[in-house]
Amino acid sequence: MNGFDDIYNELIMEHSMNSFNKKSLQSPTGCQLGHNPNCGDEIELQVKIRNGVVEDAAFTGHGCAISQSSTSIMIDTLRGKKVEQAKKIVEIFIKMIKREKISSAEKKLLGDSVAFENIKDMPARVKCALLSWHTMEELLERK
Amino acid sequence: MKNKYKEDFGIFDNNTIVYLDSGATTQKPRCVLDAMKMFYEKENANPYRAAYGLSVRATECYNTAREKVAKFIGAKNSCEIIFTKNATEALNLLAYSYGLDNLKKEDEVVISIMEHHSNLVPWQKVTKEKKAKLSYLYINDNYEISENEIENKITAKTKIVSILSVSNVLGTAVNLEKIIKKAHSVGAVVIVDASQSVAHQKLDVSRLDADFLVFSGHKMYGPLGIGVLYGKQDLLEKMSPFIMGGDMIEFVHEQETSFATLPNKFEAGTQNVGGAVGLSSAISYLEKIGFSKIEKVEKELLSYAVKKLSALSFIELYCPKEIEKMASVVSFNIKGVHPHDVASLLDLKGVCLRAGNHCAQPLMRFLDIDSTCRISFGIYNTKEDADALVDALKEIYQKFEKYIKDEK
Ligand SMILES: Cc1ncc(COP(=O)(O)O)c(C=O)c1O
Ligand SMILES: [Zn+2]
Repeated sequence: MNGFDDIYNELIMEHSMNSFNKKSLQSPTGCQLGHNPNCGDEIELQVKIRNGVVEDAAFTGHGCAISQSSTSIMIDTLRGKKVEQAKKIVEIFIKMIKREKISSAEKKLLGDSVAFENIKDMPARVKCALLSWHTMEELLERK
Repeated sequence: MKNKYKEDFGIFDNNTIVYLDSGATTQKPRCVLDAMKMFYEKENANPYRAAYGLSVRATECYNTAREKVAKFIGAKNSCEIIFTKNATEALNLLAYSYGLDNLKKEDEVVISIMEHHSNLVPWQKVTKEKKAKLSYLYINDNYEISENEIENKITAKTKIVSILSVSNVLGTAVNLEKIIKKAHSVGAVVIVDASQSVAHQKLDVSRLDADFLVFSGHKMYGPLGIGVLYGKQDLLEKMSPFIMGGDMIEFVHEQETSFATLPNKFEAGTQNVGGAVGLSSAISYLEKIGFSKIEKVEKELLSYAVKKLSALSFIELYCPKEIEKMASVVSFNIKGVHPHDVASLLDLKGVCLRAGNHCAQPLMRFLDIDSTCRISFGIYNTKEDADALVDALKEIYQKFEKYIKDEK
């Protein structure tokens, strides 16, 4: 299908349907709800931050393939990163989705999350891709 | 199959779009746009407010449109037609002007679980304020309100029954006759939200004996921004105004005001005459085709679409088993795939449908689902549109299938 694989690529499909990150953490240090009223996407994002490092994160909830996979892939990307670095990656991701220019060095920092690059061609779904990232932004700011 | 009505709509010129979202808003035929252009080019002035000829003509246009609407729905008198912005505003007007003045502690307002938020949230607000109760007619396994439910829920305590004619989610056509009869037998007034049936079935408020009825012009081939509230004259006369301002008054003193008579009492501020002219033209368009024809064409299309969708094993349908109990709307899901993903992928194929909760969150919760895909038909739709949908759904399912299997 024309356009299908550009957005619903293998990685996104895998994460949306079978996410290893969809679970609850034993002892999270932070927890935040994210909700997308248009779509009905709902996630609860948990993080475990110790000594200024995002040691682990996980999520529960439900929603479209884009919101679910975006959450899961974000967690993979940010796990083990220093809080300051994680904040920077969040910022870059949001910039990319909002069609602002990012450098190739910045792009590298995104890791697998680059898979969402083409979502900008589906404007109605941008909110789905950004839901978890905005939720994470709030969690990281709170520290 | 060629559809001769399609040519009446400019949006389909050189455009292969498959538009299956007429329940949200219909496309507009050229005659409606022409009528509005003509009004703005030849007759535009502020209605009611000036003595010069042009203003008088604008006022005439407005009231001619009102007469057209009155005839269209079988009202006895054109002063029973109040123009609003849309169905939502009309329902708010009723909740505030009728509800607040007439409800007392422990009275009941009865609505159905299928209501659109616009016929639900305002009643929550006024019943809370008046310490009255908001009670629901629930649907059975066949997605319809049973006669038992009507008998049991509409009681001596019921003062207002506000109910949609056709569900914008399930397509269920409500048995209005039965509900109105029962409501009147206990002395309650009935409000009919005809938003989803007005473009599809002949309305006759006198035969139906509805006390109030509302709809939006934009769901019946008219422009955005014009809606209708019908009310029986004696009821409207007793009601207090909703929005205050210019044109709805008789005398204004520093501390006191007396109000205009019907219909002006409920039409404050400069009115949407262009919209009313467009709506009037849309009524002419519908009448020219004729409701017997419209019903025939749309019923045939509906049965065709439901049959094709039911034949797909991966589709879950949310509609009554009998096609006679439905009208022009069908909700479904691809098992295991979120409706928003389905809608986005259909969009890539040029198929427009709505996915979400359709402004009916309590219904979604009742059905224990988050959202659905919804198709809804207009006079311009064809069996080819239904085929295009079904083909695209098959393709989408194939893409998702292997991942869905992994989940088990
Ligand atoms: C059954 C029903 N009632 C009310 C409305 C509200 O219509 P509007 O948004 O035009 O006021 C809609 C449409 O969205 C509807 O389907
Ligand atoms: Zn979403």
